[in-house]
Amino acid sequence: MALFSKQNKEVFTNPLNLDHPILGQVLGICSALAVTSQLKPAIVMGLAVTVITAFANVIISIIRNTIPNRIRIVVQLVVVAALVTIVSQILKAFAYDVSVQLSVYVGLIITNCILMGRLEAFAMQNKPWPSFLDGVGNGLGYAMILVIVGAVREFLGRGSLLGFKIIPDSVYDFGYVNNGMMTMPAMALILVGCVIWVHRAYFYKEK
Amino acid sequence: MAKLNTNSNAYIIIYSAILVVVVAFLLAFVYQSLKPMQDRNVELDTQKQILYSLNIRDLDGQEAQAKFYQVVKETFPYEGRKYYKCDVDGKDIVVVELKGMGLWGGIGGFISIERPANTVYGAYFNHESETAGLGAEIKDSQAWQEKFIGKKVFKDGSKDVALSVVKKVEDPETQVDCVTGATLTSNGVNDMIKACLEYFPEEVKLVEE
Repeated sequence: MALFSKQNKEVFTNPLNLDHPILGQVLGICSALAVTSQLKPAIVMGLAVTVITAFANVIISIIRNTIPNRIRIVVQLVVVAALVTIVSQILKAFAYDVSVQLSVYVGLIITNCILMGRLEAFAMQNKPWPSFLDGVGNGLGYAMILVIVGAVREFLGRGSLLGFKIIPDSVYDFGYVNNGMMTMPAMALILVGCVIWVHRAYFYKEK
Repeated sequence: MAKLNTNSNAYIIIYSAILVVVVAFLLAFVYQSLKPMQDRNVELDTQKQILYSLNIRDLDGQEAQAKFYQVVKETFPYEGRKYYKCDVDGKDIVVVELKGMGLWGGIGGFISIERPANTVYGAYFNHESETAGLGAEIKDSQAWQEKFIGKKVFKDGSKDVALSVVKKVEDPETQVDCVTGATLTSNGVNDMIKACLEYFPEEVKLVEE
């Protein structure tokens, strides 16, 4: 099978639109709400989930024929937990500020429904390369939402993006005030709702 | 290769044992090889917080570390906390590490006190899990931390800690307005300051007896 056959391309692009983990399947909402108050942790979290989903998919796919059926969930969990721990250790060593901001949520990637969902639904039945594409696709789909929500929340809540001031001081002099509501997790829920709404209305076509 | 029965008990037990051992070795290896870098990050973070409390907020990485060693002269550990004797532009300053409880978890920070006037030179607070936008303001709001500057730690002649965080400021010499909407976290900061400023090692004593 060619590396980028039509089938493989679909595996990669489906989670970005039709089969989107957050928009279509509404998985992984919990962490999407928690880490999106600013753009930078949202990007790092998105990347972390992408890397972990991709590699967990590959590993599970490689050993899929040896995994005893009765303990397959346990095996999946062990693989994911090991990867998550490694990523969190690497973050602590190379991006300490970000790891402090993400705090417990890196550890909670272990319980991210997207991961378990993809391992159980895709990697257990498919070869390593399609599994890798599926993992990257789902991770990027998840990261996309985090970045959109994170950017909106940081812009409206703090008037900045990635920590740089975007709204000039002169606007504040006219009486503009940052919306403190945006820094709270509840607004992320509403924003995710809006994104799902827009997606369903304009991009999503029922099969 | 003969087809293994992947559902037999023996296979399952051996499989899980091997898997766990492999993962354990892998994690131990990663942890050991990254530990020195992580320790350095934690140390640098503490040093940066101490510099924040001395109103030096714009340094990062190597610069911050160099400045820290230039400013801090001596360290006195006491009951799991530390006191730092510092010299900033010729001023005699003692930085006190603070540890206490907020609303949802631990809070901490550093407060620097100029001697012999016993006035606050600067403050920086940190927290584990206070509410964003409310209790978390003790860390995020530099403006609030700067309210501490110039406050007196002791009233003249008294040995009780007078510096406090209150809802209604009656004595602007020693009292700081609490964070709006975060009374419980502010109370935590208040208790923490009271508890941690009670004792000072002999070398960095504030009040002359």
